[in-house]
Amino acid sequence: MSSLSTPSPVTPPLSADSAGATAGRVMLRRFLRNRVAVAGVVVLALFVLFCLLGPVLYPTDQTRTDLTSANLPPSAEHWLGTDAVGFDQLGRLMEGGRLSLLIGFAAGALATVIGTLWGAIAGYAGGWVDAVMMRIVDAGIAIPALFILLVIAAISRPDALGLIIILGLVSWLVPARLLRAETLTLKNRDYILTLRAIGGSHSRSIVHHILPNSISTIIVSVTFQIADAILLVAYVSYLGLGVQSPATDWGGMLSQGLTATYSGRWWLILPPGLSIILVVCAFNAIGDGLRDASEIRGRR
Amino acid sequence: MTSFWFVFRRLVQAVTVIFFVTVVVFLLLDALPGGPARGILGPDATEQQIAAFNASQGLDQPAVVRYVLYLGRTLSGDLGVSYGLNAPVTELLAERLPKTLVLTTLAALVALVIAVPLGLLQAVRQNRLVDYIATVVTFVLYATPVFFFGLILIIAFSQAARWFPSQAPQGQTVGDVLAEPQALVLPVLAGAAGLIAVFSRYTRSATLENLSEDYVRTALATGTPYPRIIRQHVLRNSLTPLIAMLGYQIPVLFGGTLVVEQLFNYPGMGLLFWNAAQSSDYPVLLGCVLIIAIATVLGSLLADLAQSVIDPRVRSTR
Repeated sequence: MSSLSTPSPVTPPLSADSAGATAGRVMLRRFLRNRVAVAGVVVLALFVLFCLLGPVLYPTDQTRTDLTSANLPPSAEHWLGTDAVGFDQLGRLMEGGRLSLLIGFAAGALATVIGTLWGAIAGYAGGWVDAVMMRIVDAGIAIPALFILLVIAAISRPDALGLIIILGLVSWLVPARLLRAETLTLKNRDYILTLRAIGGSHSRSIVHHILPNSISTIIVSVTFQIADAILLVAYVSYLGLGVQSPATDWGGMLSQGLTATYSGRWWLILPPGLSIILVVCAFNAIGDGLRDASEIRGRR
Repeated sequence: MTSFWFVFRRLVQAVTVIFFVTVVVFLLLDALPGGPARGILGPDATEQQIAAFNASQGLDQPAVVRYVLYLGRTLSGDLGVSYGLNAPVTELLAERLPKTLVLTTLAALVALVIAVPLGLLQAVRQNRLVDYIATVVTFVLYATPVFFFGLILIIAFSQAARWFPSQAPQGQTVGDVLAEPQALVLPVLAGAAGLIAVFSRYTRSATLENLSEDYVRTALATGTPYPRIIRQHVLRNSLTPLIAMLGYQIPVLFGGTLVVEQLFNYPGMGLLFWNAAQSSDYPVLLGCVLIIAIATVLGSLLADLAQSVIDPRVRSTR
C-alpha cells in the first residue's frame, strides 16, 4: 500500500479546525497520487472550460433557429454539423453542457445538504425519532427516483431551477443513510460526551463537531451525488420533461437526436452521449479517489 | 425464537415503509393543480360542479379524513380510473405489469450470468490486466445512460447488421411476448448493461473481502488447492450478500425498464407510465408508483429473509 506513515488518531483531536486541516492535507496528497482520480479532475476541468470559454472562441447563435442550414453534416463552418432546426451542434454541446453541469452540481450539492442534516439529526437523536426518520428514508428509497421525478415534473413542468430543487428533493436519501451511520460512530466519542457534560448544546455538537468530523464522507458523497444527478437530469430531459427549447442539456440533445438514428446523422447522437459518459466517469473517478484517500483515518 | 423475532421485526418495518409510501403518494395526489376534481372533471368544469364533486367524494373533509378515505379505497383495490385510457388503473396494471416483470427478470438474469463470473475473475486476478480492462468497461457502462446504450445497440445490431429488430415484441400477453425471442434481445441487453456494472463491482469487492479472511489462509495452509477454496468456500460466502443486493436493486431495475420500454416501444408498465407522464394521467402515474414501491419493499424483505436463511450471521447482527 502507501508508504505514508500517518499516526492514527488515538485521541481524537478536540479542535475540529486543526483536525480538518491535517486530515485534509493528507487526503489531498493521497488523492493526487491516484492517477485515475487526477485524470477525472483533468477531464472535468476541460469540460468546464469547454462549456464556459468555448462560446467565446467559437461563437454560435443558440437562440434563433435557422431552417436554411438545418441538418448539415460537419464542415469547416459547423465543426459538428447542425441539428434539425439549424442550431450549430458544437455550440449546442457547450450550451447544453453548461446546463447539465450546473444542474448536476447544484442538485448534487442540495441533495447532500438535505441528506447530511437529516442523517446527522436522525443518528444523533436516536430512539423513535431516528426510527421514524429512517423509515421515511426507506419509503423514499422504495420509490425509484426516476418515477417520482417524472410525476413531479409532469405536475409542475419545471425550469432549470425547478429541476435542481426537484432533483435535490428526491435524491438526498443515500447521503442521509451515510451520515446517519457516520453520526452513530461519532456521537459517543469522548469529545462529544465532554462537550455535553460541560453544557454544550445538541445543535453545537452536531454543527461544530459531528459535521466537521464527517467532512470526508460528505465530500465523497457529494461527488457521487453530482454524477447521479447529471445522469438523472439526462433521463428526465430524454423523456421529454426537462428544460424547454431553446434551452437544452445533453439529455435533451439526445432526445432531439433520436429521430436522426435512422438517417445516419451520428453528430446529433454521439457528442452529447459521449459527453455524459465522460463527465459521469470523471465524477465517479474523483469520488473513488477521494474515498480511497479518506480511508487513511482507519476503518470504522 | 430469534429467527421468529427477526422475521417479525422485518415485517413490521416493511408495513411501516409501505404506510409512508401511501402517505407520499397521497400528498402528491393532493398537490395536483386544481386537485383531483379538476383532473377528473376536466378544465371546463364550473366551480359548482367541482364543489359538488368534492362533497360527494369527501374531498371537502380535512386532510387526515381524506387520507383515510384514500387508504380505504387503495386497500380495497381501487386505484382510480385512467383519464386517458378510460380504464381502471388496476386493470391496466394487471395487463402491463407481468410483461414488465418478464423484461426485468430477463435483464437481471443476463446481468448476473455475465457479472458474477466477471467479478470473481477480477477478484482472483486483482490488479492484473484483466481486472483493469474489466474495471474500465464497468466504469463506462455505469456512466452510460440506458437510452444511449440502447440507441447504440439499435444502430449497431438493427441497422448496420440486421440481426435483431429495433422494436420490442408487441404481443398482448406474456406468452405472445416470449414467442418473439429475437425481438427481446436488444431490450434485455439494454436493461442488463447498467446492472452488469453494479453486480460485477459488488461481486469483485465481496470476493476480495473474503479472500483476505482467515479461513482462506487456513485452507491454504492445510494444502487445499486454490481453485477448490474458491469454489467451495469463497464463492458461497461472496454470493450471499449479492442476494440482499438484488433486493435493493429493484428500484434501479424498474427505473431502467422505464427507459428501455420507451426506447423499444415495449408495451409494459414503463411505457404506460411514460405515456401517462406525457398526458398528465395522474391516477396511472400514482398507481404505478405505489405498485413499484410495494414491489421494492417486498423484494428487499424477501431478499433479507432469504439471506438470513442461507447466512445465520445476518439474523444476529440486526
